[in-house]
This record gives sequence, C-alpha cells and structure tokens, in this order.
Amino acid sequence: MTSTHYDCVVVGGGHNGLVCAAYLARGGRSVLVLEAADAVGGAAVTREFAPGFRVSACAHLLHSMSGAMIRDLRLEDHGLKFSARQMPTFALSTDGAPIALGATAVTGATVEDAAAYPGYVGLLNRLAEALRPMLESVPPRLGTDAWADKRTLLQLGWQIRRLGRQDMRELLRIGGMNAFDLLKEHFASPLLQGALGFDAVLGSNFGPRSPGSVFTLLYRLAGAQGAPLSQPQGGLGALSSALAAAAAAAGAEVRTNTPVERILIKDHRAAGVVLTSGEIITAGSVISNVDPQATFLRLLGPEYLDAGFTRRVSHLRTRGLAAKLHLALEGLPKFSGVTQDALGGRLLISPSLEYLERAFNHSKYGEFSTAPAIEVTIPTVNDPSLAPTEKHVLSAVVQYAPYSLKEGWEQGRQQFEDVIIDTLESYAPGLSKSIIHQQLLTPADIEREFRITGGHWHHAELAFDQFFMMRPVPGAAQYQTPVDGLFLCGAGCHPGGGVMGTAGRNAARQVLGQAA
Amino acid sequence: MRNPEISLHKAPDPSPAVMVVPSPPHYVQPLLKTPFHNRARALSQVDSFIPWAGYTTVDVFTNVEHEYFAIRNGTTLYDLTPMVKYRIAGPAAQRFLNRLVSRDITKLKVGRVAYCVWCDDAGHLIDDGTVFRLSEDEYRLCTAERQLDWLLSSAIGFDHLVIEEVTEQIAALAMQGPTSYSVLAHAGLQGVERLKPFELGAFAVADGISLMVSRTGFTGDLGYELWMDPAHAERVWDVLMAAGQTRGMRPIGSKALNIARIEAGFLQPNVDFVSSAHTVHIGRDRSPLELGLEWLVDFDKPYFTGRRALVEEKRRGPTRRLVGLDIDGNKPAHNALLYSDRGGRKEVGSVTSATWSPTCKRNIALAMIDAPHFTTGSTVWADIYLNRELVWERRMVRARVVERPFFAPDRRKATPPGNF
Repeated sequence: MTSTHYDCVVVGGGHNGLVCAAYLARGGRSVLVLEAADAVGGAAVTREFAPGFRVSACAHLLHSMSGAMIRDLRLEDHGLKFSARQMPTFALSTDGAPIALGATAVTGATVEDAAAYPGYVGLLNRLAEALRPMLESVPPRLGTDAWADKRTLLQLGWQIRRLGRQDMRELLRIGGMNAFDLLKEHFASPLLQGALGFDAVLGSNFGPRSPGSVFTLLYRLAGAQGAPLSQPQGGLGALSSALAAAAAAAGAEVRTNTPVERILIKDHRAAGVVLTSGEIITAGSVISNVDPQATFLRLLGPEYLDAGFTRRVSHLRTRGLAAKLHLALEGLPKFSGVTQDALGGRLLISPSLEYLERAFNHSKYGEFSTAPAIEVTIPTVNDPSLAPTEKHVLSAVVQYAPYSLKEGWEQGRQQFEDVIIDTLESYAPGLSKSIIHQQLLTPADIEREFRITGGHWHHAELAFDQFFMMRPVPGAAQYQTPVDGLFLCGAGCHPGGGVMGTAGRNAARQVLGQAA
Repeated sequence: MRNPEISLHKAPDPSPAVMVVPSPPHYVQPLLKTPFHNRARALSQVDSFIPWAGYTTVDVFTNVEHEYFAIRNGTTLYDLTPMVKYRIAGPAAQRFLNRLVSRDITKLKVGRVAYCVWCDDAGHLIDDGTVFRLSEDEYRLCTAERQLDWLLSSAIGFDHLVIEEVTEQIAALAMQGPTSYSVLAHAGLQGVERLKPFELGAFAVADGISLMVSRTGFTGDLGYELWMDPAHAERVWDVLMAAGQTRGMRPIGSKALNIARIEAGFLQPNVDFVSSAHTVHIGRDRSPLELGLEWLVDFDKPYFTGRRALVEEKRRGPTRRLVGLDIDGNKPAHNALLYSDRGGRKEVGSVTSATWSPTCKRNIALAMIDAPHFTTGSTVWADIYLNRELVWERRMVRARVVERPFFAPDRRKATPPGNF
C-alpha cells in the first residue's frame, strides 16, 4: 500500500480544479485530484445524451479561457484542438435577415446602427481591457499593510486612470447602469439591442433593466479579451481531458468515481479528506473546487466556522436561472434567413430588449419564460464527430428557468420543453419534425448532474456585491478560507465561472505562496 | 392571544431540519407580569418596580440595606422569571452548543450547569449565561437578553435541532443566602443537601408539586435557583415563605442583589460590558479575555465562534482588562475615571460597577483598566465626584487593583450545606 498522504488534495475535478492541480504539481507539490463523477470536467464535459449523439453537457462554448493559459499549460500538446475559432454571432429574426455581430462591425443592421456599432464596441472593449487585470489578480484585502494588496489596488486604479478623462467618466457613468438604458442610448434597432443585451444577462439573475447589468456585460467582455468564442473539437469535455493530461504530465494524480464525504480537521487545520468509501487521505492543504456553500456547510460543517461567516455563506445567492436544451436531429435545421455557414456560429433568439425583460419577468415569480431567450449552437456543423453521419446536435442555453419552479419541475418540465421547441420552431420551421431525442436540464437538474448547489454555472451569482473582494464572501475572497490549510479554487471565487480557469490558477498561487 | 407575525421565525434555508418554535409575543403588552407579581405587589412597601426584559419586577421591597443583609445573613427570594430561557434539544444540540459557547460543552454531564459566554466572529462578547443539561439531548440556555437571532444564525448548517424560547413557560425564583438550604429542607425538599454547586435535580415540594432546583446563583453565597410551572408559582412562593419565616427570609429586589453580585465579582451586561450585538462604535466591544473570563475559554476544543480572533488576541497580548479595585475611603466610585497619577494627567480606565461592601467593609469596584495598569497590586487614582446638598466635590482617591471576588465564603461550596 502506497502512502495516502499528499501535499495537496483537490476536491472536485472541474476545469478550475484541474488547472489548480496542474499549477500546484508544477510548483513541486504532490497533488491528488478527487472527482466524484466518472469523468473529470465538472460542468465542462461532453456526454452522450442519445445513442450516438454527444454534446457539451453544460457549458457549450469557450469564451474566456485566455490564450496565455492555453499556451502556458500547453493544452494543444495535450490534445486540445478547436473545431471553430472566432465564432460569429447572429441575432435571429422571424421576419427578416439576421444581424451578424462582428468584432468591429455589424452587418444587416440599419445604416445608423452600423455606424454607431464600432464606437460602442470600441468603448466597451477599452473599459473591459482596463478591468481585465482585475479579473487576473488575487483580490486584495483592505486595511492591510501587505504589499501585494496595495499593488493590486494601485494597479486597478492606474488601469482606470489611464483610460483617460473621457472613458473614465464613461466607466463611472455606466458602471452601475442597466444594459437596457445603455443600449437604447446607442442603437435604434430592437433586434440589435436585444442581441447585445443578451450577453449582459446570460447566465445571471438579471434582466436587461436590472441595475448592474452593464457590469456583467463588461465582465463578460473583460473575460473574453484575448479569448475569442471557440468550440473545442469533441466538445468542452475535450478541454477537460487536455487539462487532466496537463495536470498528469506535471505529476498530479486524478481519481474519478471518488466522492469526498467530508474534509478532515486536525489540530485546528484542514488535514485531508474522508471519502464516502471511508478511506482517509491526508494532505497538507485541501483545495476545494466545490461550490462555497457545499464546501463550508456540507464538506466542512458549521462546527469549524464562525457563526457570522456561516451566515454569510448561507446567504450567497446561488440559484441558477439558465436551462440547457439538447436536441438530436435528423438533419441540419433551417433557420429563416440564415445561410449554411452561419449555422456554425452562435445564434441568438432575443429579438428585443423588451422581449428579454419580459422573459425575465416570469422568473421573478417562480415561472418559466413563455417566450424564452435562447443561445443556440449546432456543434455538429463544426464538429461532425459528435453525431452519426448526416445527423446533427442542437445545444441551447435557455433563459429563464427558475431553480424553484412554482409548480415544481416534475409538473412544469414538459410544458417548458414545448415552449422552447415552439420558440425554436418559429425561427426554424420544420425543426420539431426532425427531433429524434430531446433533453432538458433545468437548474435543478444541473445542481444534481454537476453537483453545483443551486445549479448556477458561476456557483454564485455574479453581481457587484458578490464580486472581487466580496467573492464568495469577505473572509474567503483570497482563495484562503478561515480554516488554515483549506482553500477554494472554484467558480464561486473571484473571478467566477465561465470556463476561464483563472480561479484555479490564482488559488494555486496562493497555496504555493505558503508552506504546503 | 397569539400574534401570527411571530410564527414567521423560520429556519434559514440551508438547514431546513432546524425547527424553531415561535416565542409568545412579549411585546403585545408593554410590560408583562410574572407569575409572582401578585405576591410581590402585596409585599412591596415602597412601590418600587423596574422593567426587566419586558417584565415589571421589584427594585426594592422595603429597604435596600435590610434586603442586602438578608442575602448575607438569612435567605432571600428573588423573582428570576424574566431571565430569558431557551430550550435547545435534539441530536445536534450538544454540537450546536459546543460551537456556540467558548467552554467545552462535551464535558457538561447530565444534571450539571455551566456558566458560559458566547462571542461573535471577532471574539467579542455577545452575552453570558448558564447552560443546563437536562437530559442527554436537551439543554436549557438562560441569558440576560434575547438571543434568538444569534441562535438561528448559529444553527445554520445543523440538522435535527430545536430552539424554543421558553421564558414564559417557566417561572423561576432565586433563593440565596446562608440559610437557604435549611429553608428548602424545612419546606420538605428531600435530598436537596446532596446537590453540589452547579448541580441540578427534581424535587417534590408540596401537594405533588415538583420543582427543578439548581445550586446556582448570582450572590457568590450558598443558594439555589428554583424552576417551576407558572401555574404552581404562587403556591411554591407561599410554601417557601412559610418555611422561611423563622430563618430570616425575605423577598428582595434588584438593588440589593446588585451589591451582592459586585461583592461576588459577577458581571452585569450593559453595566460591565455592552453586548457586541449592541455596540455601535469600534473598540467598545469586549472580549472574554478582556473581561477576565479566560477561564471560560477552551482553546483546545475543536472550535467555537470567535476562536480564531481570540487566539490572535491572546497572541498579541491584552490591552485592557476588567479587574477588581479596592478604593480608599468609603465613597463608592460610581462611574469614576481612573488615572495613573494623582494629578490626573494620564487616563487609564474607568469604573463600571462600584459599591461600599457592607460585609467586607471595603470600598470596592469593578473597573476596565488599560495595560499595564491592570496587574494585581498596581495603584491607580479614582476621580470621585460627590454631591453634597447640591454642592459637587471632587476627590482623587487611591485605588489598588485586587483579585476578584471580594467575598467568597467557604459555605457557598460546602456539601452538604450548613444547616443554619
């Protein structure tokens, strides 16, 4: 029997856990990753949802993992290939041609909107660029004398200052604003407004009129700086496999089908984990990729935490509002006005800001949207290996689907599926007839399938009050928890979810900065 | 009458199995009357009542000096009903309490009582109180102030736990003084002599009425606290008063008790410290280490709220401490500022409680003093103001830092207790 002691045990083999493990192993630590599911990846996995049909089961696009990290971990040497890069976005319309949204230009919009577009994306990208170092850094603590904390704050201040007077003023003006008002200032076309507003509310408990929705838009853009929308060959699971290979190459071990029962405390510090099998693995540091509520309340337990801290953790907003729909199709669907090429891009059903806000309204009262906003991808256009020959897969993110549906998902599931398919049908006539199999994952399903409390793909809502120095909660915002030797590395930490990997890397830096 | 609003006390989301039994609406009438109120009203000679935790209670029955000397020389009855009481029960009760208070509750056996404090995350005192272990999985927490919000916060993450406020379901009397045991024995409580300090038991008193008796109190002397069904309150009062007739028994109010508790060195919330739940300004909270309650803090047990902060505070060393003062002269140093020098140039603290101790014949006080002046044997100067027929006089009086308690007779611990 070999030793069951490691310098570092990572609980959860999601992408952040794997990134963290890779960097820790590179730092010379002995590392073990424990994954409860039968494959690593967490919410970045490819699964067969119908015989012969595979799909990225939760996250379906890569838009925020930086090229620098992909190069640094040599993921392409470890098998990562892209079936599409720089994917274009199309705003679908039922009564006309779609609008194509490019990096700097828009086609299909009115002359005035097309003229306004470069100025708008230019401004937002400059602001996002200024905020990007914030995403990369370990959040500072306030009121300390530590140089690292001061440097981060100074750097952030400097980045904003060097935006210049005009942009800085604009950042302060629009930073807390809602996307609805911002987009109404810039554009006239409802279709263009709706599509641009969609990114402000994607994956969050926001409607375009919610205060702070410009912030989530800037956040998404900042994450996407230097990381264009792309689709890994073989789905997001292929990215996780590459990360696992990179971690393994650095010396980390990965065990799947190994759920952790609880975190072990000895002499007032984290000392390892107890598996559900009863096996004990001791470690100098325990790094949790699991969401903060599950980490603190379930794996650790309140007995090792201050009551006020536990209360803050329990008040984290963790309820997801985005559902995932997977369709196995007989053939390639035909979206009205959309060319064959465009089907390999990202298709948005969000015809106006009013439509989007109305879709959100339902969720506030525990109802699903009767006219949902949808992000559609047809991954098999770029990557035919995901389905049998000539057949296709449609993968859609659908908003809004409340975690706690008033009538319960048992009751409401079929009705919501019908609503989504009807909506898709109105944009792609004939689609419903070609469906071989369909699968809907509500936030409640996502919670169960991917072990995320509340089923929120960011683990905890991304909003001003749960961001940066306050993510997940003050007292655990620097990846180090109040318990010595216990760290967090998941999406519940700064800078949050989306398949980014920064939380995992920053956590590894924090662990390596201390004696393991 | 039940106000529907109070039933909204719900367990927080992550611990749906925590059941919270609503407390009755103590705010429906401004001041409630305790089950002993009619008896107290009949015996009150000076009509001196004060509000206490939502109840009207006696401050003085006849005369403070008479009542005080009854505590030290006879037996006294003090209505303890307003003391806030929580029933904490269920398989998780011990784990919950052990994380709440700074003492090791796993060492508390069934039938025993422990004086405890609990802190917030920063290690600042929220309140002190007593924990009674009634059975394997059932405890009672007695506190000066209502704690439901903090108890609910502390319950997050615990399953199978009941937290119920039972203040109004239990009437309570403190029976304190050197003859308290003999009065209880005379009243027919058989076996009460076996109770050791901080022990509790059930005893029959009369007509099949059963009492829970704990050998606890707030006077630093021999004494008991009696816990009963409010329906039996008046009957028990009558039986005890009759049994005490020849043993110097009298009812007392809060004023006399306050002198005794200062002699015993006990702390009074909102007098000697302010709960961190109520302080507004930084630096006005107090930690158990600062209050001289380090003996209640077990750093070796797995965890309790505030441990991390207290470990750090202990490492840094104390900046101030609550200590006893022995002050020259006989003028109580109420609210006096303390100086390191007679000239009053350097302020080093202030008095929180002061009294002339009739039993010790000393002018005593509790005071919060800055480092390093709090060490036993140090001398500080108390700035005492005296109002003499509306003419204010100011005296700078020498005071020595001394150990607490000021009064601790052996009879308080003797088992069996003396049959005076």
